[in-house]
Amino acid sequence: MNGQWQQALARVPELLAAHVQLSFSALLLAMLICLPLAIWAARSPRIAAVALAVASLIQTIPGLALLALFYPLLLGVSALIGGGISAFGFLPALLALTLYALLPILRNAVTGLTGVDPAVREAADGLGMTARQKLQLVEAPLAAPTIMAGIRTAAVWTIGAATLSTTVGQPSLGDLIFAGLQTQNWTLVLAGCLFSAALAISVDLLLGLIERGIRERSRILAGAGLLLIAAGLLIATLPLLIARDNVVVIGAKSFSEQFILARLIGSRLEKAGYSVRYRDGLGSAVVFQALAAGDVDVYVDYSGTIWTNQMQRTDSRPKAAMLDEIAQWTSANHGVKMLGALGFENTYAFAVRAKDARDKSLKTLADLARVSSDFNFGTDVEFLERPEWRMVQDAYPIRFKDARSFNPTFMYPALASGEVDVISAFSSDGRIAANNFTVLEDPKGAIPSYEAILLLAPDRSRDDKFVAAINPLIGAITVENMREANYTVDREGDKKTPREAARWLNDKLRE
Amino acid sequence: MPVSGPSISLHQLSRHYGKVRAVDSVSLEIPAGALVALVGLSGSGKSTLLKMINRLVEPTSGTIRIGDEAVDSIDPHILRRRIGYVFQNVGLFPHMTVARNIAIGLELAGEEGTRDERVSELLDLVELPQDMATRMPDQLSGGQQQRVGVARALATRPGLMLMDEPFGALDPVTRDNLTDQYKALHDKLGLTTIIVTHDMAEALYLADRVLVMEAGQIRADATPAELVSGNVGDEAEALVAIPRAQAAHLIALGKTS
Repeated sequence: MNGQWQQALARVPELLAAHVQLSFSALLLAMLICLPLAIWAARSPRIAAVALAVASLIQTIPGLALLALFYPLLLGVSALIGGGISAFGFLPALLALTLYALLPILRNAVTGLTGVDPAVREAADGLGMTARQKLQLVEAPLAAPTIMAGIRTAAVWTIGAATLSTTVGQPSLGDLIFAGLQTQNWTLVLAGCLFSAALAISVDLLLGLIERGIRERSRILAGAGLLLIAAGLLIATLPLLIARDNVVVIGAKSFSEQFILARLIGSRLEKAGYSVRYRDGLGSAVVFQALAAGDVDVYVDYSGTIWTNQMQRTDSRPKAAMLDEIAQWTSANHGVKMLGALGFENTYAFAVRAKDARDKSLKTLADLARVSSDFNFGTDVEFLERPEWRMVQDAYPIRFKDARSFNPTFMYPALASGEVDVISAFSSDGRIAANNFTVLEDPKGAIPSYEAILLLAPDRSRDDKFVAAINPLIGAITVENMREANYTVDREGDKKTPREAARWLNDKLRE
Repeated sequence: MPVSGPSISLHQLSRHYGKVRAVDSVSLEIPAGALVALVGLSGSGKSTLLKMINRLVEPTSGTIRIGDEAVDSIDPHILRRRIGYVFQNVGLFPHMTVARNIAIGLELAGEEGTRDERVSELLDLVELPQDMATRMPDQLSGGQQQRVGVARALATRPGLMLMDEPFGALDPVTRDNLTDQYKALHDKLGLTTIIVTHDMAEALYLADRVLVMEAGQIRADATPAELVSGNVGDEAEALVAIPRAQAAHLIALGKTS
């Protein structure tokens, strides 16, 4: 337990710094947008109605969806102006969070400014104040406590929502939460939650102090709050100021195998003298674009994913020919170098209980088709929508009695307990062997190959030292070893961290 | 009695809100140093007429001259800094001390050099104790607040005072007090004052000239003495009838006891 906490805490300073930097920038940008807009809106009810309606509309979009929306949007904008905009990391996260922070600031600022007593306004006019003097001397000071309360609300929301920015490749305390959820490492989840909650609470308290200072017209109170906020901001973002050049960014999607392979690559690069940073939990589409843009230097993908998602291919080709075509395509279209295949596949594999395989003599998908009308199918949430499922159905006349979707974690127990009779497992998942499930063969080659392949960003493919450090991984990982490594991370008891599993895997590399 | 206040001249002044003629072609001459009461029922147009003089309301047509200057030739905020304005809801700035409230006009004009002496002088003028200076407005009674309102309006030594139901929200004793004291101030400083009120008794007591407004027009223009003696029109008579009846009732009460 102590070791796990130590490991979690070791990552906190850097993630906290990125989290604070992101939230603060978003809040500042939202204030810069909202305050002038609110002044305008306070003078024109029509502007107020439109601005508040738009801000409310944005608020109804879930935070995760808003982040996801900015990714293709920025890609489109970047393509339109001929590149140069990164759709990855800080920018999409900043924009999404800024939009999210608009409503509370705008609403409170408009309320505050329009809520100034009409008699006070009349007095200001009667005394001969210009519009600017009225704003400066009367309206702004009187609306300040209300505006500050809005900023407070926005700050708490932003700090909470910033944990979601992990999914677009922006580091935040969410990294701990997402990684922990995936590997069922609750220490990581807890650490991520605790620190983001503590951050939100302390910022809320300090802004509350400033708000009280303004409300009670106490310069000392407001000043102290402001000073503490500034000091906290400086201390929290200090780790970012420490210059680090030539840092290698290793990408990983959101499952254990990816975390392990990223650490395996990372440990070899560290040995070769590189500083390494990990970006875990990236979406499939995000990580490839990030690699092409150079935001990520290296990661492991799967041939079938590139084939169907990036190349938009629906035909099936023999393994070797497929890898050749992928290497050519990525190089020609994105300058991305495919260094080679690692030696194992992680494809969709139909798995059944050993007893059923024996009793019903199930060896292949053709055998499965024979009994499918009696079988309940358990699958992950996306498989039924994926082209692979259509390919399988085209090749084998499979008609299941029923189909149910599970989180991968619960799919294996469901098969073991007899809740379902066959699952669409991942072939490199350690829980297949651990549960003694039988994987059915695919004699017609309906399911495309999902060879694990090592992809390099355009700049890194010319870095000989870099290539030399990771080249030994090519063809060096057997599916048995990968399964074993995955299992040590995924299993319930005696869990290993991805780093420990990577160390074990490194010792087992095939020469 | 030094007269420093300007004369006022309105020429065919109108203000329409859609089809409603709040002020309907009013022409009027007010000599320097006059204390004029503008009396009428709610909606008679008296407040609108007053607020056109300091351009809080822009006329639909017609002209206003203060002294020999047309008001629309002056920037509204410059114009307003030269005119004292006091109204029923006072509108003290709740986030400023009494002293800063009083001196805000000096601050706007960039004349802060003599600020403290002027504040002290004005507190004396409106008969407030000096230690009020550091208080916040919400610590003051209604009467004290309006005294601060009057002091604030007088801070930049305007010649013209516009007052819109200034003492309307106060209790009768405080109101009577303030009315007396303001009349004395008006004379002492030689101001020109236009005061809007719906209370004929107050107008008769305070003003040296009373204008009765109805439906956007001036229906009577007379001294208090002329009004009380009658023959100044039905509208004026209806308004004068009330204090007259009250006075008669009080006198009758005194006789029977």
